[in-house]
Amino acid sequence: MTPKRKKRLILVLLVVFAGVAAVGLLVFALNQNISLFFSPSQIAAGDAPVNTRIRAGGMVVDGSVKRAPDSLKIEFVITDFAEKVTVVYEGILPDLFREGQGIVAQGAMDKNGVFQAIEVLAKHDEKYMPPEVIDALEKAGVDAQGNTLKKDYSINSEASQ
Amino acid sequence: MIPEIGQYTLILALVMAGFLAVLPMYGATVGSVFWMNFARPLAKSLFLFLLISLLCLAYAFATDDFSVKYVAENSNTALPIYFKLSAVWGGHEGSLLLWVFILTGWTFAVAVKSKGLPLDIIARVLSVLGMVAVGFASFTLMTSSPFQRLLINTPIEGADLNPLLQDIGLIVHPPLLYMGYVGFSVAFAFAIAALLSGKLDVAWSRWTRPWTNISWAFLTIGITLGSWWAYYELGWGGWWFWDPVENASFMPWLMGTALVHSLAVTEKRGLFKSWTLLLAIFTFSLSLLGTFLVRSGVLTSVHSFAADPERGFFILVLLAITVGGSLLLYAIKAYDIKSESDFELCSRETLLLINNLILVIICSMVLIGTLYPLVVDAMGAGKISVGPPYFNALFVPFSLILVFFMGIGVLLRWKKSSPRAIVKQLLPSLILAIVAGVAAAYLFNTDIALKSTIALVIAFWALFSLGLDIASKIKNKANKLSGLRKLPMSYWAMQLAHLGVLTSLVGVALVATYAQERDVRMLPGDSVTLEEYRFEFQGVKAHAGPNYSADIGSVLVYKNEQFFALMHPEKRFYPARGSVMTEADIDAGFFADIFVALGEPLEDGAWAVRLQYKPFIRWIWFGGVLMMLAGFLSAFDKRYARKKKTASTEPRKLSPA
Repeated sequence: MTPKRKKRLILVLLVVFAGVAAVGLLVFALNQNISLFFSPSQIAAGDAPVNTRIRAGGMVVDGSVKRAPDSLKIEFVITDFAEKVTVVYEGILPDLFREGQGIVAQGAMDKNGVFQAIEVLAKHDEKYMPPEVIDALEKAGVDAQGNTLKKDYSINSEASQ
Repeated sequence: MIPEIGQYTLILALVMAGFLAVLPMYGATVGSVFWMNFARPLAKSLFLFLLISLLCLAYAFATDDFSVKYVAENSNTALPIYFKLSAVWGGHEGSLLLWVFILTGWTFAVAVKSKGLPLDIIARVLSVLGMVAVGFASFTLMTSSPFQRLLINTPIEGADLNPLLQDIGLIVHPPLLYMGYVGFSVAFAFAIAALLSGKLDVAWSRWTRPWTNISWAFLTIGITLGSWWAYYELGWGGWWFWDPVENASFMPWLMGTALVHSLAVTEKRGLFKSWTLLLAIFTFSLSLLGTFLVRSGVLTSVHSFAADPERGFFILVLLAITVGGSLLLYAIKAYDIKSESDFELCSRETLLLINNLILVIICSMVLIGTLYPLVVDAMGAGKISVGPPYFNALFVPFSLILVFFMGIGVLLRWKKSSPRAIVKQLLPSLILAIVAGVAAAYLFNTDIALKSTIALVIAFWALFSLGLDIASKIKNKANKLSGLRKLPMSYWAMQLAHLGVLTSLVGVALVATYAQERDVRMLPGDSVTLEEYRFEFQGVKAHAGPNYSADIGSVLVYKNEQFFALMHPEKRFYPARGSVMTEADIDAGFFADIFVALGEPLEDGAWAVRLQYKPFIRWIWFGGVLMMLAGFLSAFDKRYARKKKTASTEPRKLSPA
């Protein structure tokens, strides 16, 4: 092998090795760190895995927010107007968190069917609805106020089955 | 009347851009000086028309002309004048207008500053920029004109600017970011011109480099400001979220950094030519992709103002044309462009190749993490999100490897270095770096954390190499000081930029490991301790601002039981939009920030309060500032100025065409 060829071979091997390492790491990291979204209906149906990092979202039920008197523990219920899920969280809620608002929470389901949130997201605009929540409500066939959607109802409920 | 002038000049600008895209390109293809000479005047008039258009919009904001829909949606009479003016780019339509304006600004600068460039090259470069301008000006006009009127039902009062954006950070962040984003269009245009002419010589790289470095500097400071703004304005003390919109600006930066390095090889050694061209195309394509992600509404964040599928589709088509067209051109023409020389394995070229490889890998990972959820969603396979752990798991090791190689690369010579000499040079500095890194980690916090210690060791390692390199540069000089002074500006820029990287690295490593954060419920009089700081909450007072009402808290901070600061975090309510804002109070320090934010009021006068201790966080942004300075400095190297003069005295020699 000429020195020139040898050099080229080393460079090519370097690129291939780096590429393979990168792809391997990438697939590994991606598998570890994606979190799937589940609607309250899916959770009630038992679709959501326990103790696995997922996201859940829906509308915060009016009058469901309960605070602990001496800590920042908070409990509330989210719904897609078909099913309800209780969410427990400790910490500061976003500015736009309020009852009747659509939110998405990051966390995991515990054994008792309560969602233990580590992060609650409500975005920067009061008119904003998380797209996941819109989607979940559509599948449950209601709008943000809980009224039954007339348009596309049959199609959407079919799609969700 | 004034908004109509704005609309009209925007249409005129589109026409100018159309001529610019066609006439000089035609001239360059058939070799007609007559047609090529149109390039500069067209570029200048294009800029002039957009300037007028932008001023018209600014005037509409300044005079509270709420009959203009965009003004009504984004301004308010109670808004201070500087926010009224910055509200020009506070929404989708105006920020697009700013995008096009900055594009024509760069086009104008190329037209004015390119006296020494061969006419056929400048004609092609300006033409390509004209094509981009056609795309974006028509996009603005057809889908998002900011001059649209509300003639019936003209509101008396505007809807106000999003309170998050009522901030000094917003006044400067978007223009700087766009200067960088859009500035890469110049490198792109130069690359397309080189492909079209089949010619890529030293003059080409000397022309392209300063433009690229300056855009890179703007993008660097734009991202740095964005991070700083998120830190204090989003209210929760994070400085990088791996949010898709952040990634949208970070990807062109990574690719642009690779381009800056690859251009160095192309200029100095006539190597990596087709690779450099490919990087220039990729960098600008990623800028366009970023624009698409942020502007199309496929992502929801503070940056995406309105979800409108028509807009998204338009940018997607623009993106497809630009990427597809330029890659096709590359596939056909890149073969003509050959590298001129060769290099040994142990050489600076190899290390720069490694640099490029790692940067491209990091960029691809960010790209995949950003697009993966969109692709999965588009295929109907569920809604997933890829969170910070993914990005950190990949970004941290690769960026450490990158800095490790930086420590070797700066010491190597072009073409050929002796491996033995390098090892001899580096071995002591490796040992010294381990000692210094571990010592620094221990001094900072006796609880040694592995990750941050490794980062510190690598930072010291690269720092020593930078120093060794300066020492070797003046080793054989009789007068050390004048030897230092004789080193070219671009050399100092290189040193400064690398120092900036190390500064940011130290900041990231320490803040990521040692930051402390607590969310607590506090009654007036309550105390909470964090590291050596004790926070005493004193309650909250009401306050009326110009266009908001606020609760202002008072928190006394003691450091080691000595009075340290009195801090006033705020909770603001903006009635015009009915929105609530958290204004954190930050005591900024060179070694640590103290951060206090109010959460929500609880019963009995208690508040949820967030307390944070952020060591070395300023270093992250300070490093960004150093990198920006370096980018500007490098463009003022004498050889670029000198080249211009020689080129202008003998232009024929450079362009046989």
